[in-house]
Amino acid sequence: MANLQSDFVGIKSPNPFWLASAPPTDKEYNVRRAFEAGWGGVVWKTLGAEGPPVVNVNGPRYGAIHGADRRLLGLNNIELITDRPLEVNLEEMARVKRDYPDHAVIASVMVPCEEDEWKRILPMIAETGCDGFELNFGCPHGMAERGMGSAVGQVPEYIEMVARWCKEATDLPVIVKLTPNITNILHPAEAALRGGADAVSLINTINSITTVNLDAMSPEPMIDGKGTHGGYCGPAVKPIALNMVAEIARNPETARLPISGIGGITTWRDAAEFMALGAGNVQVCTAAMTYGFKIVQEMISGLSQWMDEKGYESTADFVGMATPNVTDWQYLNLNHITKAEINQDDCISCGRCYAACEDTSHQAIAMSEDRVFTVKDDECVACNLCVNVCPVEGCITMRTLEPGDMDERTDTPVVADYGNWTQHPNNPMAKAAE
Amino acid sequence: MSNTPFSEGIQSGRLKPAELAENFGDLHPRLDDHEALVAADRCYFCHDAPCMTACPTDIDIPLFIRQISTGTPEAAAKTIFSQNILGGMCARVCPTETLCEEVCVREVAEGKPVEIGRLQRFATDVLVETGEHPFERAEATGKKIAVVGAGPAGLSAAHRLAGYGHDVTVYDARAKAGGLNEFGIAAYKSVDRFAEREVEWLLKIGGITVETGKALGDGLSLEALQGEFDAVFLGIGLGGVNALGVDGEDKGGVDDAVDFIADLRQAKELGTLPIGRDVVVIGGGMTAVDAAVQAKLLGALNVSLVYRRGKDRMNASEFEQDLAASKGVRIITNASPKAVIGNGSVREIEFGYTDDNLNPTGQTVRLPADQVFKAIGQTLEGAGLPDLERGKIAVDGTGRTSVEGIWAGGDCATGGDDLTVTAVAEGRDAAEDINAQLSA
Repeated sequence: MANLQSDFVGIKSPNPFWLASAPPTDKEYNVRRAFEAGWGGVVWKTLGAEGPPVVNVNGPRYGAIHGADRRLLGLNNIELITDRPLEVNLEEMARVKRDYPDHAVIASVMVPCEEDEWKRILPMIAETGCDGFELNFGCPHGMAERGMGSAVGQVPEYIEMVARWCKEATDLPVIVKLTPNITNILHPAEAALRGGADAVSLINTINSITTVNLDAMSPEPMIDGKGTHGGYCGPAVKPIALNMVAEIARNPETARLPISGIGGITTWRDAAEFMALGAGNVQVCTAAMTYGFKIVQEMISGLSQWMDEKGYESTADFVGMATPNVTDWQYLNLNHITKAEINQDDCISCGRCYAACEDTSHQAIAMSEDRVFTVKDDECVACNLCVNVCPVEGCITMRTLEPGDMDERTDTPVVADYGNWTQHPNNPMAKAAE
Repeated sequence: MSNTPFSEGIQSGRLKPAELAENFGDLHPRLDDHEALVAADRCYFCHDAPCMTACPTDIDIPLFIRQISTGTPEAAAKTIFSQNILGGMCARVCPTETLCEEVCVREVAEGKPVEIGRLQRFATDVLVETGEHPFERAEATGKKIAVVGAGPAGLSAAHRLAGYGHDVTVYDARAKAGGLNEFGIAAYKSVDRFAEREVEWLLKIGGITVETGKALGDGLSLEALQGEFDAVFLGIGLGGVNALGVDGEDKGGVDDAVDFIADLRQAKELGTLPIGRDVVVIGGGMTAVDAAVQAKLLGALNVSLVYRRGKDRMNASEFEQDLAASKGVRIITNASPKAVIGNGSVREIEFGYTDDNLNPTGQTVRLPADQVFKAIGQTLEGAGLPDLERGKIAVDGTGRTSVEGIWAGGDCATGGDDLTVTAVAEGRDAAEDINAQLSA
């Protein structure tokens, strides 16, 4: 049986599944339920400075997009950091940590961008016995307007500065949470590293408007006839998050910077994908908000089963294994030639591959009068669209041509050698082949 | 003392009003909004969809389901009605399991098709209930067309012709329009006067006059109609009922299933309808099943449906056979009636067993029966009709008969199965041809 025990920058937890700093981790009550359900750790809902807490709106806080059967694909929120007094949160954190010493309790923090503020609050929070800090430089709404959250996360110099203050203020691990609302994720990641951060976590939520109320002519969630952009999360953001994780993991400057992966993780497989791309552990929010805390049991069983099947004994065995295979487009092998292939036994004759290919792609699928669909190898560019629109998983696959096989589309035989764009004759910048 | 299922003979009031109300409630209640969305989400929006091809009226099924899933059932209904103006009734009575749903790719893949019929019912009900009619009449052409028969074929033709701006007069022998929709379908398939409401809604197109109590040979003659109108469409159905041709057929208690079904549909109080204790229905089609099931639902103790060939040869779909079985109807196959036995009224009926080629095996069986319903097919009635073929009015693909200026469609004409949806398609297509000819 695989060992899911996790050690992320020295923070130990029974498994690599943490709840992200968000509504599910706002209170002792919720966190106790989470630990009882099996979560390995929590990042407590972001704490603010002492004094009167922030206030939230008193109307809807969430907007959503749905897929078939109202499956929630994306959620956005306009909730702020914790709206409960700091001392209440600290008391609760201390009690929880005392009762769950083996579970990870991380404090998410967001205070104004002043050295005193950060240096005063971190030791105060550390007294709870928490295992580390996560600096919330990510929240895209509300707090950013006050010069916090993503307003910091979008300025690498600020990230570096605050990270340094924090490292000076505590011996506990400091994780910098990154906003995706930037043009290049490497700049804030490198800044965090320069500031001495022990790790980065990403992604925070994405600026978004999920829906427009066409009667009221207002974005939703709508508060008294108006709406604002909120932070987008859930399964829909996973591809964006995976790419940003991979960019940091494969960048030589940041390759050794530990990553806590966040963004639409819903199943064990999502978690394994983040970890394969270099995340040391993962954080989950929307899936728990959609289905409740129990989902972690599927994540644990699924990851264990897969690790057993693959022979991985600990999560460290596969973290980052996919990173070396993330490359730039120009290095992809242009001599690797595939063709779509439709398994006639699995085909249910819906014709979606045909419509997609005929209307929007390369006219590479033939349809017979009795609804048999076949690939025209001489037209197929192997774009994979048919695979993706087919409702039957595994019905259409990509067959790799062997060296020597004829590519009927180009009338040239497949060559065995690797050849990429940098060497291609059509590339004016091509380096002459040796 | 009131009657029970055990009371001998043909009696009314075998069941309590509450039981009857439950028995004759909607067979498939309309999907609610949530159910409709869930069902619609299952549609794959197939290219050149097999369901469309299977639909005799070529409804654009993927499009209307997508319109439901995007919250516009009214638009979905218009998609349906533009091909099939009786889409509401067809959603209730179509044997979808042998038409659109049989070829649904999810039926092929999972044995569980998209619920096309129920989705169609949902969309059409939403629109019909608004009371609004989604089509407008074109400018009046001054052309006059007679439609004989206010059943599915006639109503479909009339609506299409009226839409083109022609003035249509629809004649029907009965006191009410609707044809088989009104008189020939099991009550639990069309509750709450749906057939009547559908006709009222259909007529909102304008330009259609309905004259009831008039039939060919009974106040109407084809020649006179041809003289008075620019075109004539015949959708007169099959008025005659086939006889068993056995001894004792004239005994009391031996009735036509179609009359029983019609009486039941028109009854104000189901408790007043008499039904036997031991009922035998002879036949293997939809009419036989409708009669057998409803006899059971009225409180008959024993209902047998007897068919002369094997189960797989029955015209009633598997769904209908299962429905009958689930209601407690005993289906007996490979038995052909030989004699009706009784003193004045039927007491027993004797059947001879037959193989699938209808050869008698020599064995016989007698079933107790105080009521027998004949449902072994209907025949075309009337003299002076255009040329017939296999007992029906011969038509070409556009509904033209052997007589210039006379079209025909529905059960009375050749071509297609005897289904409501086929009749609608034939009426519509004949109307298109009539319009094309009148506009030429």
